[in-house]
Amino acid sequence: MSTPEASTTKKVQVRRYKPEENPKEHYLNAEKGVWAWMTTIDHKKIGLLYLGSITFFFFVGGMLALLLRTELLTPAQSFIDADVYNQVFTLHGAIMIFFFLVPSVPAALGNFILPLQLGAKDVAFPRLNLASFYIYTIGTIFTLIAIFTGGIDTGWTFYTPYSTQTGTNVLLMTFGIFILGFSSILTGVNFIVTIHKLRAPGLTWNKLPLNVWALYATSIIQVLATPVLAITLLLLVMERALGIGVFDPSIGGDPVLFQHFFWFYSHPAVYIMIVPGFGVISEVISTFSRKVIFGYWAIALSSLAIAFIGFLVWGHHMFVAGQSSLASMVFSFLTFLVGIPTGIKIFNWLATMYKGSIDMKAPMLYAMVFLFLFTIGGFTGIMLGSLAVDIHLHDTYYVVAHFHYVMMGGMVMALLAGLHYWWPKMFGKMYSEFFARISCVIIFIGFNLAFLPQFVMGSQGMPRRYFNYIDQYQAFHQLSTIGAYIMAVGFVIMAGYMIHSLLRGKPASANPWGSRAMEWQTSSPAPHHNFEHIPVIINGPYDYHKPMSEFQLGIAHSTNGHQSFEKVDVNVKSAEEKA
Amino acid sequence: MSETSAETKHPAHLHHHFVDSDQQFESSKMGMWIFLVTEILFFGGLFAAYIVYRAWYPELYLEASQELDAFWGAINTFVLIGSSLTVAMAIRSAQLNQIRGLIINLWITIGLACTFMVIKYFEYAEKLEKGIAPGIYYTYDGLEHEKANIFFSIYYMMTGLHGLHVIIGIGLMLWLVWKAKRGAYHSEYYTPVEITGLYWHLVDVIWIFLFPLLYLID
Repeated sequence: MSTPEASTTKKVQVRRYKPEENPKEHYLNAEKGVWAWMTTIDHKKIGLLYLGSITFFFFVGGMLALLLRTELLTPAQSFIDADVYNQVFTLHGAIMIFFFLVPSVPAALGNFILPLQLGAKDVAFPRLNLASFYIYTIGTIFTLIAIFTGGIDTGWTFYTPYSTQTGTNVLLMTFGIFILGFSSILTGVNFIVTIHKLRAPGLTWNKLPLNVWALYATSIIQVLATPVLAITLLLLVMERALGIGVFDPSIGGDPVLFQHFFWFYSHPAVYIMIVPGFGVISEVISTFSRKVIFGYWAIALSSLAIAFIGFLVWGHHMFVAGQSSLASMVFSFLTFLVGIPTGIKIFNWLATMYKGSIDMKAPMLYAMVFLFLFTIGGFTGIMLGSLAVDIHLHDTYYVVAHFHYVMMGGMVMALLAGLHYWWPKMFGKMYSEFFARISCVIIFIGFNLAFLPQFVMGSQGMPRRYFNYIDQYQAFHQLSTIGAYIMAVGFVIMAGYMIHSLLRGKPASANPWGSRAMEWQTSSPAPHHNFEHIPVIINGPYDYHKPMSEFQLGIAHSTNGHQSFEKVDVNVKSAEEKA
Repeated sequence: MSETSAETKHPAHLHHHFVDSDQQFESSKMGMWIFLVTEILFFGGLFAAYIVYRAWYPELYLEASQELDAFWGAINTFVLIGSSLTVAMAIRSAQLNQIRGLIINLWITIGLACTFMVIKYFEYAEKLEKGIAPGIYYTYDGLEHEKANIFFSIYYMMTGLHGLHVIIGIGLMLWLVWKAKRGAYHSEYYTPVEITGLYWHLVDVIWIFLFPLLYLID
C-alpha cells in the first residue's frame, strides 16, 4: 500500500459518515444461535463472553466474601470451622484475582473496545482471541474440579513449603491457573500487535485514546510477567508430583526463591489489574467534563512508567521474609517511585475536571468514587512500602484493607465506570440513570464501612486470615460485616436495573454522552465489522473544542460519485507508516 | 492508500480485517516475536533457578555435570544448528516459489529434530537406568554431594521443557508440509513458514545456552 515516494503524509479524500441511529442489523444479530456465539471470532462477542464469565466469578467470589464476613461477626466459631474458613478465603482470593480481576478490564472491556477505538475491524488475530477465551474456560474447569476434589487452603499466594505439603488439591488448582496464564499472554500479544499494526489512517501514536495507551502498558506487563508465573507454578506442580526439591526446604529447596518467583509475576499483576482501570477513568473523566484531557503525554507515559517500575518492586512483599536489608531498602525506595506516575495521573485527572462542564452521570460518579478510594488505597500502599512501618503492619488487616481499596475501590470502580460508560455501545440500550446513581452511592457507603474499620483494627494488630479473634476487635469486625452486606445490596440493585435495561431498556443513540472518541462515531450497538467505512482521524480523541463533524470522517468511495456528499482532502499520517 | 486498492485485489489468504498482505504478514511476524519474548521469560525462570543453586552449590554442579555425556550433547548441538540452517533454507525456497525445495527442506528439518529427540531419549534412558531420576525418585549413589538430586531436577526440567518445544516444533513442521503439499504457500504468502522458522531458531538458541551450562561446566 505504501507508495515509495510518500514519506510521512499522503492525501486521501474523505467525507463525513454520520452513524446510523438504532440500526436493524448489528453485531448482536449478525449471527444467530448458541453455536454462532461459541465459535464467533468477533472481538465484541468474545468481549461479552468474557464479561459474562467475569460476572459469574465476581458473584461466586462475592458470595464467598459474604460467608467470611458472616463468620467473623462473632469472635468465636459461629457456623464454619477453621479448615473450611481457610478454604473459603483462599478461594475468594484466587477466584477474584485470577478469574475476575486479571481478565476484567483487559479481556472483557478491552476486547470489546480496543478495535473500535483504533478504527479497526477486529483484533490482529481473531482466532487466537477465541482460543484464549477457551483456554480461560479450560483453566476454570481445572480449578472447579480442584475445588470439588479437596479444595485448597494455601491462600491465593500458594506459599511453599505449606503448598507442597498440604493435603488439599494444590496440584490441580495451580495447573488450572498455569493454563489461565496462557490466555492472559495470548490476549497481551494480540493487543500489542493490534495497536501497532491495525490503527486507522491518521491515527498516530499521539492521537491514541488513553485507554489504548493503558491497554498497551497492560499488555506489556502481561507478556513479560505471566510466563514467569507459568514456570513458577510448573515448578510447584513438579515439586508436588516429583519432589524436585527447588522450593521445599525439607528436600533441599528454598521457599524464599518461590516468593521471589511468585512476586516477580504477582506484583506486576496488580498493575495488570489497575492500569487498564486508569485508561477507563481517563476516557470517562474527559467525556463527562467536556474538555480536552490535561497532560495527555503525562498520562500516557505514566502508564508505561508504572509498567516498568512495577517490575522492580516485587521484593516489598518480602521485607520480613529474610531478604538482605540492602535489598529491602532498594525495594522500598523503588516502591515509593511507583507513587510518582500514579500521582501524575491523579493530578492530571483533577486538572482535566477543573473548569470543565462536569456532568455527573453514573459513569462519572463511579470515576469520582474511584478517585476517592484509589487515593486512599495508594497512600496506604506508600505506608506499607516504608520498611519500619511494614514490620508492624505486615500480615494484618491493614494490608487487607489497603489491597481492597486499591483493587475493589480502584479497579472494580473503574470497571463499573467503564461498564456503565460503554453499556449503550454494547447493547444499544440505556439503563436507569436514577437507580445507577443510587446503587453507586450505596456501594460507596458499604465499601467504606467494610474496609475503613479494617485499617484501624489492622494497625491495632488484628492479623489477617484468622478465623477467630479476641473480643476487642468485635466492633470493627461487625461494622465491616454490615458494610459488606450494604455493598451486596448495591450490587443486587445494579443487577436489577442492568437486567431491566437488557429486556426493556430505552434504545440508546449512537453517541448518548456526546463524546468525541471514535467508538462513539459508529452506531449502537456497533455494526458487525465495527465501521461501515474506513475511518480517518485528523483530531485527538479529546478535542472537544472542535466540531463533531471532524470526528466522523471516513475514506470517500469514488464509486458513490452521484451522491452529493461534501468531500474534503486531508493529509493524514498513515497508520502503516508510523516511522 | 487509494480506496480501490483494498477492494480490487483480495487474495485467498488475506483475512477480512487486514487491508493488505503486507499488513497481515507484518502483524503475524510481530506477534511471533512477542510470543518468543514470553518464551524467553518462561525459560528465564528456570535459568534463574539454575543460577541460584549454582551459586549455593558450585561444587555440586562441577561434580554432577560429569555424569552428562558431553560428546552426545555436542552431536545434538550440531544437529540442531543444522536444522536451523535447513529451516532457513525452507523459508528461502518459499520466497523463491520453489515448493519442492520447501517441502524437502522441511522434511530434513523434521528428520534432524527427530534425531535430536532420539539421542535425547538414549541419554535419558541411560541415566534413568542408573537411578538418576528427578526429585524424590533419585536413587543413584555414584555422587557424593547430598544435594545431587537438585542438579538433576533442574537438568530434567530444563531439557524436558526444551524437548517439549522440539516436539511441538516437529508437529508444526509436519503441518507445514501437509499444507505446502496442498499448495497453500507460494512466494506471495509463506507467513506460517516464516514464523515457524522464527520459533525453531529460538528452540535452537535455548539449546545453545543449555548445552554449555549443563554439559561443559568442568
